[in-house]
Parts: sequence; structure tokens; C-alpha cells
Amino acid sequence: MKFRKILISATAALAFGASAPIAFAQETIVIGEINHYKRMAAFAGPYKQGLELAVEQINASGGVLGKPLEFIFRDDQGKPGEAIKIAEELMTRDGAVMLTGTILSHVGLAISSFAAEKGYLYLAAEPLADALVWEKGNDYTFRLRASCYMQAAMLAEEAAKTDAVTYATIAPNYAYGKDAVAAFKEALTALRPDVEFVTEQWPGLFKIDAGAEVQAIERANPDAIFNVTFGGDLAKFVREGTTRGLFEGRTVLGLLTGEPEYLEPLKDEAPEGWIVTGYPWYDMKEGANKVFVDEYMARYDATPKIGSLVGYMTVQSIAAALTRAGSTDTAALVAAFKGLKVNSPLGEIEFRGLDHQSTMGAFVGKIALRDGGGVMVDWVYKDGANYLPSDEVVKSLRPNS
Amino acid sequence: MSFFLAQILTGLANAATLFLVASGLSLIFGVTRIVNFAHGSFYMLGAFIGYSLMQVLPGAIGFWSSVLLAGLLVGVIGVIVEVCVLRPVYKAPELFQLVATFGVILVIQDLALLTWGAVDVLGPRAPGLKGVVRILGEPVPKYDLAIIAITPFVLFALWYLISKTRLGILVRAATQDREMVGALGVNQAWLFTGVFFLGATLAGLGGAIQLPKGGADLLMDFNILAAIFVVVVIGGMGSLPGAYVAAVLISVLNVFGVTYLPQSTLVLMFVVMAVVLMIKPYGLFGREEVAGEHGQVGEPEQPIKPAGSKVRMLVAVLLAALAMVPVVGSNFAQILITDILIFCLFAASLHFILGLGGLVSFGHAAFFGGGAYVAALLVTHANTPMELAFILAPLGAGFAAVIIGWLSMRLTGVYFAMLTLAFAQLIWSLVYQWGDFTGGDDGLVDIWPAAWLSGTTSYYYLTLIFGIGGIILIRHVAHSPFGYALRASRDSARQAEATGIHTKRVQWAAFTFAGSMAGLSGALFVFSKGSIFPTELEIARSFDALIVIFLGGVKTLSGAVVGGASLEFVKDFLTRFDYWRMTLGILIIVVVILAPEGIVGTLSKLKQRLGLKQRGGGSS
Repeated sequence: MKFRKILISATAALAFGASAPIAFAQETIVIGEINHYKRMAAFAGPYKQGLELAVEQINASGGVLGKPLEFIFRDDQGKPGEAIKIAEELMTRDGAVMLTGTILSHVGLAISSFAAEKGYLYLAAEPLADALVWEKGNDYTFRLRASCYMQAAMLAEEAAKTDAVTYATIAPNYAYGKDAVAAFKEALTALRPDVEFVTEQWPGLFKIDAGAEVQAIERANPDAIFNVTFGGDLAKFVREGTTRGLFEGRTVLGLLTGEPEYLEPLKDEAPEGWIVTGYPWYDMKEGANKVFVDEYMARYDATPKIGSLVGYMTVQSIAAALTRAGSTDTAALVAAFKGLKVNSPLGEIEFRGLDHQSTMGAFVGKIALRDGGGVMVDWVYKDGANYLPSDEVVKSLRPNS
Repeated sequence: MSFFLAQILTGLANAATLFLVASGLSLIFGVTRIVNFAHGSFYMLGAFIGYSLMQVLPGAIGFWSSVLLAGLLVGVIGVIVEVCVLRPVYKAPELFQLVATFGVILVIQDLALLTWGAVDVLGPRAPGLKGVVRILGEPVPKYDLAIIAITPFVLFALWYLISKTRLGILVRAATQDREMVGALGVNQAWLFTGVFFLGATLAGLGGAIQLPKGGADLLMDFNILAAIFVVVVIGGMGSLPGAYVAAVLISVLNVFGVTYLPQSTLVLMFVVMAVVLMIKPYGLFGREEVAGEHGQVGEPEQPIKPAGSKVRMLVAVLLAALAMVPVVGSNFAQILITDILIFCLFAASLHFILGLGGLVSFGHAAFFGGGAYVAALLVTHANTPMELAFILAPLGAGFAAVIIGWLSMRLTGVYFAMLTLAFAQLIWSLVYQWGDFTGGDDGLVDIWPAAWLSGTTSYYYLTLIFGIGGIILIRHVAHSPFGYALRASRDSARQAEATGIHTKRVQWAAFTFAGSMAGLSGALFVFSKGSIFPTELEIARSFDALIVIFLGGVKTLSGAVVGGASLEFVKDFLTRFDYWRMTLGILIIVVVILAPEGIVGTLSKLKQRLGLKQRGGGSS
């Protein structure tokens, strides 16, 4: 008798901490948002602000399906295993209808695989890895941001217009860097079969030895340089390269270098003349993007970053999918995301039914100095739809569907 | 020729920062025997503080005084850390202090985020040293030349301080024999504080002086940690000239590596370290460890004995309760407990060699991640059924442990720990760089359990059986003749040898057993998450296990499990809030100070004091 009592109370105690009842008949539509809020604070912060701005606006105008949207933000410490635990909790305990988030590609891939296994919907907002929608693509995962391949292809198009023949590449020694270099080579060689890659540099991520890298590239004496480094690596590379005169008389192409997250810290040392992808929010003169920028700055007293825009568009996409599906059922939502058209600050984007990649594009322009800081000039917005491989190629890249 | 010269100059310039930070770590370790994980945090603080000062102080004088001031301020922070956090725990078991320094890392990370914000800052250029000098036609930045020139002076000043002054004599004496120095009437506490000040100052200087070559960001604390450990170990722990030579060696090799083997940048440093340690086990300039110094300090451990009937009863009740969770608890309760059990098994396997064997491994993640990768690679490349891959994982990890154990077993103490770290990093960099086979940092995904185990509840029971089974097995082995031989080898190798125990072989076998148990937990991990990434092989993963062992109580049998379960529960709760790192860090520091024997150790002490348990009644 006594033993049974102990058993029951022990079980109850154990179950208590981790099993608050699922809220039935929910008043809100809950979305689970997992990100590296601490580990990648510089990127996750603006993303979250953009996200919250959109949620406030949508809820102020009556919400979706008659209910307000509610995001639950959880920190995964940048660890895939943690992210999966949290994903399960969000879906089964917090009553989330779908998952979104992550910046780091490997965490995105882990959640994507988990989502397919469990039958949850996952919208990968920021991770860039091509594998997410191609080699490892699955029925339950969609991706918003212009992928590594798309942005590299945009730069390759610009590179092909120059008369540079020999190229050097420098990219962090991890998957995103390798994807970017491979995509750039493929796209550029297709446009310009005569180009030659004379050296490839692979510094460890956030462990660049900039002086040595600059010397190694200088030694190969290329006409042009394709740069994929970012963050602290980029700052060190730019400084050493400028000091040692590496960029003089050379064409330099920088993937993501024009994004405010990376360009702003460089201040007046921003490398003038680089051809980059990025987000020139400061020069939006009219249209939806201008409205977004104004609203964002009014709300936060801070300037928007690319993450802010992605966060904002994430919510817009989810709201559009919920409206189209007419329910929060996963199967209906997955169907709704396929071919979903969303009106965003960048105009209309579409989540392709073929590979679940959105056609969100990117801005391509040149870096110039203005008021002691780097900005993008002569930029154009390139629609992502034009920088994807043909449907046949995409199908062959996507074995799982 | 000119190109080589320019490269060597670049290497020398890079060596400056590395030397400054590593020499501080080396000094602190040499005198206090503290493996200061927070040293990277001091370096980061030096960079941020230096940056802030340079915004205020103008010109060349302002720049250089900012560098000095940043160093001194970080030194003061180091003193605060030493006095408030480390002083209360000097009497705790060997290496216990590293848990406290881990708490410090977490607190500093959040404080830096609060103070300087999340955005990376680019360091200002040094006034008057902005351009380049052409040496044989190659451009060499002036600032590089400046710091190349400064470093030998720092080295000389340190050398003078250590070899020619009274303070230096005391420091050297303390490095050799702490207790004797204390017995001769030297106030050890202030000597330690002084050394900590010096060490932290050097780290701060290193952070500030590299600003013109880079900047400050919130990840730089961990990013430099591996490199400075490598430098200290190659040079010989406690040796300043060693740290300089090793810093130059690593930096120059790295520069040439960038040019001739651009893919090798991650792995090179660890290969050098492994090679050096195998030829010169105590580093280039290190002295052999005095025997017994890294044995058990503090009061002798209670003899272990099988659990009493009350404890068995309690465990049985707990097990029954765990078995009932799927009936009464939620889906998420099962997931959370699965995670915790896997982690507890991993920690328990490390505890087996660390607690019972006295072998501190800093690279245990190699076997956890190794087991997981064995399973994942089999599934990915050979379409192996899950059940078979699951069984092969611990075998694969055990095989890795046989090899690494054989290579590392010649060393003892901290050098053994460092060699295991080097091999773990080798495996990590191999997995990271061999993308075609291992998936690189994109990892291996879609590694899900077989259909009959794929439900949350069935996998929960699988984890329950193998997780708890593994922990009980480890405990059982501790009580076997093998376990006794292992403890004998730890406590007195000489006497153990005299009674006919082949101590090295026993330790080697224990290392292998622990490795395969870690592999088992890795296999449970990979199929519960469905994916594996190199992060599971990282230093941070090894430290996770190390920390919970000390938190739980290194001298108790259940310490790892109790510590692991507590920390995971607390983490799961705390990460829901902003600034959870600071809260967790402070919590760890408080636990460390209040319970220097670990949670279990302190509780059983308390029981003794209250008379609930007889003295000498064994630890549970």
C-alpha cells in the first residue's frame, strides 16, 4: 500500500515539471519560433524585431482566421539537438501549429529532417544552405530567403560582364562557404567558359588569418576575387587587404557583403567598388519597401537590417498560408504553401511548388562611401525566380519528393 | 625569398596576440594549478574595453595608453574573479575550479552583450602606423612590425620578473611546491591573486593589441580558447619561453598552411600538438609533473560499497516512476527525460575514468560524437538497419578509445587531458573537413530509428533500457575486481603494481570501456534527434560532461548522474528567459562555492553531520 503511494506520488512529481496540459480551444494561433538568440544576437535581434512588427500589424487588423497570431520565441543555444527538443515541446505542449526560425544552416537541416519525420510544417526563414530545399529537401520544409545558389548566381552574372579572366575565391571552410563557391563557379563558367580559378582560400569560420590569406591571394595574382567571408572574418580580410593593397585594380565580388549586418561595422573602411548582394534600405524612395522601412524605424528607433526584412516577410508568409489554407491543419497548410503568393515589401514572391523555395530575390550593387559609412549604390533588385536552375535540374536535385 | 620573409613576418605578428594570451594562461596554471577556461573571456574583455577607451583617448599616446589601461582593467577584473569565485574553492578537489571558471564565462558573455551590444566592432587603426613598409618589395603593415618588436620586450620583462625579482622567486617556488611555500610563511592567497592579476592583464593586453588587426566580437572568447591551450601545452605548461616559441611555431606554420594547404587550416595546429606531445610528453620546455601532484587532493575518499537496501528501494521506485511516465506524463516529458538520460549516461561514462580512474579526459566528446557518427555513417553510406548500426556504434567508439587510449596513456595529469583534447579535436576537424563522407558541418540527417521504435514512447523505453542499463552496468563494473584494480591504480600506482596489477593496462581497458559507453549514449542521441553534426564532437560537448561531474560530486558514484540530471533540468527551464546565461553562470558559481564536494558529496556530508549516516558509511 505504502509502496504504491510512493510510486504514484513519484510519478506525479516527475510528470509535473514537464507536462502542463495543452491549452485546448486556443484563443490564438501559436507559431513556434526557434533561433540562436544569444549565440547570433547581432542577427537574431533585428529578425525578431521585424517579426514582432508584422505580428503587431496583423493582430491590429484582426489577426488571421479570426484569431490573433502568437509567436513563442525559444533559444536553442545554436545546438541542433536542443532545437529538436524545443521543436517537439512547441508542437506537442505549447500547441504550435507550425515551426519557423534558425539562421545557422545545420540547425535548419536538423529541424527540417525532424519536421519530415514527425509530419510538422517548418518554414526555414534565414538558413541559406542549398541542401535544405534540394538534396535534403522534403515535403514539410519551405524556405523563404534567397538561397546561397541564387545569390551566387546573381554575382556571377555581374562578374561575367567584367573582363576579368582569372579568379581567386575566399570562403569560410564550412558548408555555406563551399556551396557558395561551387555555385559561383558553376554559374560563371556557364556564362564565361574562358575564366580560370587560380586559387581557393578556405579560412576556418571566424578564425581567419587575414594577413596570410591576403598574401596567398596576392601571390596568385588574380584579376578578380570572389569573397564569401562575413562578420569578423570579413572585417579582418578587408582591413588587411586594404592595408596591403590587395583590392587595387581588381574586381571584387562579395556575397552578402552589402547586408547592413556586415557592412555597417566596417564604417568608413567599407571597401569601395566591391560588387555585392545586400539590402540598401536607405535608398528606398517609394513603394512597399519604403513603407516597411519607415514603419520599422518609427517602431524601434533603429535602422532595419536584412534580418528585419526576413522576419517581417516570415510572418507575412505564414499569415498568407493560414488564410489560404483556411485552417491550422498541417496538411492543409503544406498544400497552401505550395505555390503560395505573398505580397511583401519586395513585391510579390511565390513559394515554388517544385522545391518549396520562395522567389525572394536580393539587391545587387556596388559599395560606396557616404557620410563615413558604406552604402550600396547603382543597385538593382533581382528577382530570385530568374536565378534558379531549370525545373529538370531541380527535380534531379530533390531525390526525396 | 621575399615572399617567404613576408610570410614569416605575418606569422610573427600573429604570434604576438597568441603569446600574450597564452603566457597568461600558462602563468596562472603554473602557480595555481587552475585550468582557467575563462581566459578567453579576459581576452574578449580586453578587446572590448580597449575599443571603448580608444574612442575616448585620441592620438598615438591615447591608443597605446588604451592598450595598457585595457590590460590593467582586465587584470582588476581577474582579481575580482579570483577573490570572489576561486578563493573559496581552492581546497576543493583538483580541477574543480574549472567549473567555477565556466560559470564566469557565461556571466561575462551576457555582461559583454549588455554592455557593448550584439554587433561586432571593428578595431581602430593605430595612429601613425596605418600604412605598409616595403621589405624586398613585399608590403608589410607597419603595425605588424610594431607588435613583432614589442613582443620580445614583453617576454623579456616577464622573464625578468620571474627570474630576477623576489616575487618571481616566490612564484617559481609556488610552481614547484605550493605547500612548502605556504609553510615558509608566504601568504599564498595574495600570491595567487597577484598571479591571477598578471595573467588576466596579459590576456587583456592581447585582446587590446590585436584591435588594429581585427576587432571585438562576442564569439572571440571561445574562438581563441583551443589555440591558446595548444600553445601552452606545446610550450610546456608554466613555461614562458615555451609559450613564445610555441606561439611562433603555430602562427608561422599556419601562415604557410594557408598558402600551401588551404584546406588544412583547422587541423594543422592539433596535428602539431599531438606530434609534439608524443615526442616530448611535457611540451618543448615543460618539466615532468611531480608524481602524485595530480592524484587526489583533499581528504581521502570514502571506500565505495554496494548501495544499501534503502537506496535500492529508492532507485526501484524512481525506475518504476520513469516507466510510468508515458502513461501519465506528456509527450514532451518523455522527450525531455530521453535527452536527460542520454546525457547522464555520457557523463557517467566520463565519470568512470575520471572519478574512479583518476584520468581526466578533456576529449570525451570524441567517443560520444564518434559513436553517433559511426551509426549515422553506417545508415547513410551502407543502408545499415538501425538495430545493427545501434549495436555497432559503441563498438566503433570503443575501437577509437583503444587507439586514443594507447597513444595517450603514457602521459598523466593535465598532459593526458590535453592529449585527449588534441585527439578529440583531430577527429572533429576530420569530420568537419571531410565533407564528402561525413557531410561536414551540414552533418548527416535523416538518421531515424526503425519503424517499431519510431514512436516517442517506444524510443523512450529504448532509452530507458539502454540508458539506465548502461549506468547500472558502469556502477556494477565499479564494484567488480576490475573497478577495484582501477581505483588502486589511481590511488597508488606503485603499490598497485607491487600487488601484481598492470596499472597502465587496467587504465587502458577502463578508458576503452568508458569510450564505448559514451558511444552507446551517442547512438541513443543520434536516433533520437535524427541528425548529427560536428558540434557533438566539440570541446564544448566534452566540457558539458566534465562540468556536471564536478557539480554532482567527483568523489561519489552517483555524482555524474545527479549532476547531469540537475543541470539539464535547470537549463531547460532557464533557456526560456532572456539572459539565461548569466543566471546559469551565477547559479553554477553559487553551487560551486556552497557545495565544493559537489551536490551529492555535500549532501552526504550534511547527512553525516546531522547524524543520519555513520561515518565511513560509504558514498552512494
